[in-house]
Amino acid sequence: VIRRIVVPLALPVVLVASWWFVSAGSTDFYRPPLQSILSAFVNTWFGDRITHDVLPSLARLVVGYLVALVLGVAFGVAIGRSRRLRAATEPALEFLRAIPPPVLVPILILFAGIGDLMKVLVIVSGCLWPILLNTVEGVRAVDEVLTDTCRTYHIGGWRRLAHLTLRAASPQIATGARQALSIGIILMVISEMFAAQSGLGFTVIQFQRGFQIPEMWSGVLLLGLLGVALSLAFRLVERRVLGWYHGLRAADREW
Amino acid sequence: VRKYAALGLAVFLVLLEVVPRLGLVPRDYLPPLSRILVALAGEVRQGSFWVALGDTARTWAIGLAIALAAGVVLGLVIGAVPILRALTSSTIEFLRPIPSVALIPLAVLLYGNSITATLLLVVYASFWQVLVQVLHGVADIDPIASDTARSYRLSGWARVRHLMWPTALPYVVTGIRLATTVALILTITGELIIGTPGLGKEIATAQTSGAVPAMYALVLVTGVLGVLVNLGTRSFERLALAWHPSVRGEVPA
Repeated sequence: VIRRIVVPLALPVVLVASWWFVSAGSTDFYRPPLQSILSAFVNTWFGDRITHDVLPSLARLVVGYLVALVLGVAFGVAIGRSRRLRAATEPALEFLRAIPPPVLVPILILFAGIGDLMKVLVIVSGCLWPILLNTVEGVRAVDEVLTDTCRTYHIGGWRRLAHLTLRAASPQIATGARQALSIGIILMVISEMFAAQSGLGFTVIQFQRGFQIPEMWSGVLLLGLLGVALSLAFRLVERRVLGWYHGLRAADREW
Repeated sequence: VRKYAALGLAVFLVLLEVVPRLGLVPRDYLPPLSRILVALAGEVRQGSFWVALGDTARTWAIGLAIALAAGVVLGLVIGAVPILRALTSSTIEFLRPIPSVALIPLAVLLYGNSITATLLLVVYASFWQVLVQVLHGVADIDPIASDTARSYRLSGWARVRHLMWPTALPYVVTGIRLATTVALILTITGELIIGTPGLGKEIATAQTSGAVPAMYALVLVTGVLGVLVNLGTRSFERLALAWHPSVRGEVPA
């Protein structure tokens, strides 16, 4: 019991405590005491800002991410199924994937201004590639025996898609979706830092420009916590959806 | 297959040229490919472009080198000592998903728009990629090989050199591959948002001054950089793991 509870908690506790005590008497303007950061955290984020900045940011992230997921899986299945299409699109996809997503922000500002649409588009255009490419790989690697079995039993169309293609590719799709999630968070913040009137990234940058140091630290803390929370949420969803797959892997290992 | 690849690339390029010319999207926003290439030719003739490219490459290389060194050394140390591993795993799991861009305001505050600010981002983001891979790699050591090493009384250093390193190397290489891409993205992001000198800053300048074709030309350059980095790491992977069964198997007998 001691090992399972104390050991994982020991280092974080030590780290936080040392941050607390080392910074407690800090008069350095740029490195305020943890105590004032925490009180700034409560004052800053538990008020209007939740509805004004935090939730809209998250809403844009969710919308952009889901659109990217649907598009990525749809195109990925189409491309992954056809050897010719795959060969034809590969060079273009390799190039588009290699463009660092943040440089799309200035381009999309041209098309969509600096409103919500731009931010959602940025998130979609960044999240799309990992999902798309992983779906292509997953669909390509579908077990041939199962494919032949489907053909023999005349399973086609939607049923084939749902029970064979998507199911077989789902572990790969999940890998892509996990990469896309962290890219999505980064792009959500960047698009708001670059140009916006509201949102988390915008607010944090405003604090920094206005030298509201404890508030800024609290914003950094919040962004970090969001990242951790979203990755935990993803892992929960993945464990449910891909439970059969992890079970299968574990059983394989037993052998 | 080659034929289709060439055809697909040609279609892609023609689309980039024709779609703006037909007016399907506003030409001011997406100039035809030929105009972008003209702008690119103009950029290439200017010294400032090469300076920016050099700055980007330098930030990228320094950040990557620091992250790799720190990630590999710490990974081997933590991985080799079980108690360290147990102590740090929760902290690593917690710190890793923190988005690197959350550090941007901090970096600006502490280092202004100097190269150090961007380096902080680059090192932070790519460090985790390497560290986590190295840890996976060390955990993957074959118990029989480990016992054998113990039976032969291999010294500490020899165990690292002949047991841990070869086992972890494929993971290390994967970590390097991930880290190079991430480092490039964060380098350009830092330049774009913080304004440290480099290609990203040039893109931001071109955007604010309305030089749309030049902006696209620079974006094109970043894309080409990304492709080159991908190709480079892939051939490095093949080189470093030439002895590994997974790579050897690919060579037709």
